[in-house]
Amino acid sequence: MDLINAVIVLLNYTIIPALTYGSQLALGAIFVTLIYGILRFANFATGDMMSFGTMFAVLLTYYFQSIGINFGFLPTALLTIPFAIFMMILYMLIIDQTVFKYYRIKKSPPVMLAMVSVGVMFVTQAIIRIIIGPTDRRFLDGEKFILKATEFKEMTGLAEGLTIKSTQMITIVVTIIVVAIMFWFLNKTKTGTSMRAYSDNEDLALLSGIDPKKVVLITWIIAGILATIGGILYGLDKSYRPFVYFNNMLPIFAAAIVGGIGNPYGAFFGGYVIAFAEIFLTYAYKRFLVYILPESLEPNSLMQLLSTDYKFAISFSILVIVLIFRPSGIFEGKRI
Amino acid sequence: MLLIILVGIFQSWSIALTIFNYCMISAVMTLGANIQWGYAGLINFGIMGYTALGGLAVVLVSVAPVPEAWSVGGVNMMTCLGIIILMIFSTRYILKNIQKSNKRNYLIAGIIIVGLILIKIIAGPAIEQIEAVDPAKTGFLGGLGLPVLFSWIVGGLFAAGLAFIVGKVALGLRADYLAIATLLIAEIVVSIIKHEDWLARGVKNVIGLKRPAPYEIDLQTSPWFINLVEKFHLTKLDLANSLSERQDILNQLVIDASSVYVKLCFAGMFLVVVIILLIITQKALYSPWGRMMRAIRDNEEAASAMGKNVVKQHLFIFILGSAIVGIAGAMMVTNDGLFTPGSYRPMRYTFVIWVMVIVGGTGNNFGAILGGFVVWFLWVEAAPIALFFINLFTAHLPETNEIKVHLINSAPYFRFLLVGIGLLLIMRFRPQGIIPEKIIKQ
Repeated sequence: MDLINAVIVLLNYTIIPALTYGSQLALGAIFVTLIYGILRFANFATGDMMSFGTMFAVLLTYYFQSIGINFGFLPTALLTIPFAIFMMILYMLIIDQTVFKYYRIKKSPPVMLAMVSVGVMFVTQAIIRIIIGPTDRRFLDGEKFILKATEFKEMTGLAEGLTIKSTQMITIVVTIIVVAIMFWFLNKTKTGTSMRAYSDNEDLALLSGIDPKKVVLITWIIAGILATIGGILYGLDKSYRPFVYFNNMLPIFAAAIVGGIGNPYGAFFGGYVIAFAEIFLTYAYKRFLVYILPESLEPNSLMQLLSTDYKFAISFSILVIVLIFRPSGIFEGKRI
Repeated sequence: MLLIILVGIFQSWSIALTIFNYCMISAVMTLGANIQWGYAGLINFGIMGYTALGGLAVVLVSVAPVPEAWSVGGVNMMTCLGIIILMIFSTRYILKNIQKSNKRNYLIAGIIIVGLILIKIIAGPAIEQIEAVDPAKTGFLGGLGLPVLFSWIVGGLFAAGLAFIVGKVALGLRADYLAIATLLIAEIVVSIIKHEDWLARGVKNVIGLKRPAPYEIDLQTSPWFINLVEKFHLTKLDLANSLSERQDILNQLVIDASSVYVKLCFAGMFLVVVIILLIITQKALYSPWGRMMRAIRDNEEAASAMGKNVVKQHLFIFILGSAIVGIAGAMMVTNDGLFTPGSYRPMRYTFVIWVMVIVGGTGNNFGAILGGFVVWFLWVEAAPIALFFINLFTAHLPETNEIKVHLINSAPYFRFLLVGIGLLLIMRFRPQGIIPEKIIKQ
C-alpha cells in the first residue's frame, strides 16, 4: 500500500507536470530546430513568436466568450487555434518577406541572421505589448479538472490523491497528435522529403530540382503551427504573460540543443529531458521517502536536491554540460 | 550630445544628466562588447551576467561587514570556500598526474560529489543562521567596508574571472552556439545572485550603498554650496520682493542644484573612465596586437598557420571585454546607490547593448560610444517621443476614444518598436554601423 502511495505521489507531483511541461517545450524546440535546420539561423524571436500566436488566441477567446460561443467542457481557446495559426503564419510570412529574405538571398552568415532575429524580437515584443499589454491573463474556461484529488481518494481508498488537470491532458494529447502528423509529413510525403533534402545539403537539393521558395514557405507554415499551438498550450496550462514567453525562449533553446539542433526527433526528446530534469531535481522528496523508507530512517529535512528557484538554472546547466562533452547534442544534430 | 542638451532645456537638467550618466555607462558596456565582437568576432550574449557581477562587487566591497552574521556563519562559509578551492586544486592535480582513463573520470566525479555534499552539510545551517540575522535590514554577510571606487576594479576582476571560466568552457563553439551558451550561463549567474540571500540579500535588494560623491542632504546644509548657488542666481534672487520669498526661492534652487551637482560629480568620474578606456582601446586597436586580432577575426586558419595562438588570444580578448563590462556594471550600481538583482534581465542588459554595438559601428571604438549614447537616448526618450506623435496623429479624435486611450497607455512599449526597427534598418542598409571600422594601411 505504501509503495502505491509513493508512486502516486511521484506521479502527481513530478511525472505528470513534467510530461506537460516537456510537451510544451518540445513543440517550441521543434520550432527552433526546423528554423535552424532549414533557414540556418538561431531564432532569438522564438518566445515572442509563440507569444504573438497566443495573443490572438487570447483575444479571440474573449471575443467568442462575449458572443456566447463555447466548446462545452473543453476550453474555448481550442476553437480559436485555426484562426490564431492563420494570423501567425501571415505575420511570419510578412516578416520573412520584409526581413529575412534579403539575408537569405545574400547568403549572409548565420550570426547576421541571428542578429536580425533579435531585431524581429524587439519589434514583435513591441507589437504584442501595444496590442494586448504586458499584464497577466488567464483564458482557460470549461472543466478545470479531469480527476480531482478527493474523487481519486474515494475511488481507490488511498491516502494520496491524484489530480489531473484538463489542461495537462489536453497538452499531452494535442502534442502527440501534432508531432505525429508532423513526423509523418516530414518522412512520408514528397514535400517533407524535399525539406529534409534541403536541410541536409542545399546545393544538391537545388540540383535535383527542389524549389527553395516552396521549402521556405512550408517551413514557415509548419513553424507557425508549432509555435501557435505550443504557445496556446502553455498559456492554458499556466497563464499568458508576454514577459514569461520571452523567458521561455531559453529552456526551449536548451531543449533544442540538448537534443541535437537541426534534428526534430532530438528536439522532441530534448524537451522532455529538460522538463524531467528541472522537476526531478527541484522536487522535495520528503513525502515520497516517508512512504518507502522504514520509520527509523524517515528524513526530517525536505530532501530537496536544489531549491525551486534554480529551476531555470538546471536546464541551462544541462545545456552547458552537453555542449562541453557532446556539442552535437544527444542525438546527432544538423539533420532533418 | 545636442539631443541631451535639448532634454536639459525642455525637461530638466537633472533628467538630462541622469540620461547622460547612463549613456556613459552604456558606452562603457558597448566598448567591452565591441572589443569582443568588433576586434575578434566573438559573440557574447552574456553581458547581463558580467554586469550583475560588477554590481555584486560594489556590494561586497563597499558595504560595511555585518559582525553578527560573520560570528554565526562566517567560519562555516569560509570552510566552504576552502573546500571549493581544495576541490579545484585536487581536480587539477588529478588532471595533471593521471592518464586519461575511466579511473580519472570517476575520481573527478567523486571529488565533485563529495565536495558538494560536504558544502551542503556545512553551509546549510550557516546560511539559515546568517539569513536570520535581522532579515529586514541585513541577513547577509556584508562586504569589506572599503571605498566604493575600489569596487569598480574588483567588479572588473570578478567579471574577468567569470569570463575565464566561460571562455574555457564555451569558446570552442560555433558563433550562434556561443551566443546561446553565454546567454544561458549569464542567466545561471544572475539566478545564483538572486537566490543566495546570504551573499547579497538576493531579491530583497541592497539599498543605501556608499557613494563616491557627496550626498544631497549634506550639500543642502553646507554654507559654501548655498553661497555658490546664490552667486549663480543673483539676478533671479534680486527679483524677489521680500526676504522670506527670497529665502524660499533660494531653498528651492539649492535643492535642485544639489541633485545636479551630485550627478555632475558622477558624470565627471564616468567621463574619466570612458576617456581612459577609449585611449587604451584606441591604442590597442592600432597596435600590432590589434592587427593580429583582426587577422584572426578575418581568417582564423591563416592566422593560425602564421603561428598565432588563436585559442589563447580568443580567451584573452574575451576576458578583457568582459572585464570592461564588469566595470560598467559596478559603475551603474554605484550611480544608482542600490543593488537589485531582480532587475537584471536579458532584454535590457544583453540585447539593448548589442543593438548599441551594431548600430554604432562594429570594430570602431568611437562608433561603440556613439551607439551607446544614441541607443540609450532613444530607449529612454522613446516614450515621450511616442506620446508626442500619438497625440499628433490622434488629435482629431475625442479624448475618450478607446483607441487613443489604449495607445497613450501603451506609449512606454514604443521603445521596443523604435529600437527594433532601428536595428533592422541599420542591419539592412548600413551593416557596418553608423561609424564603420577604419583600417589604416601602412
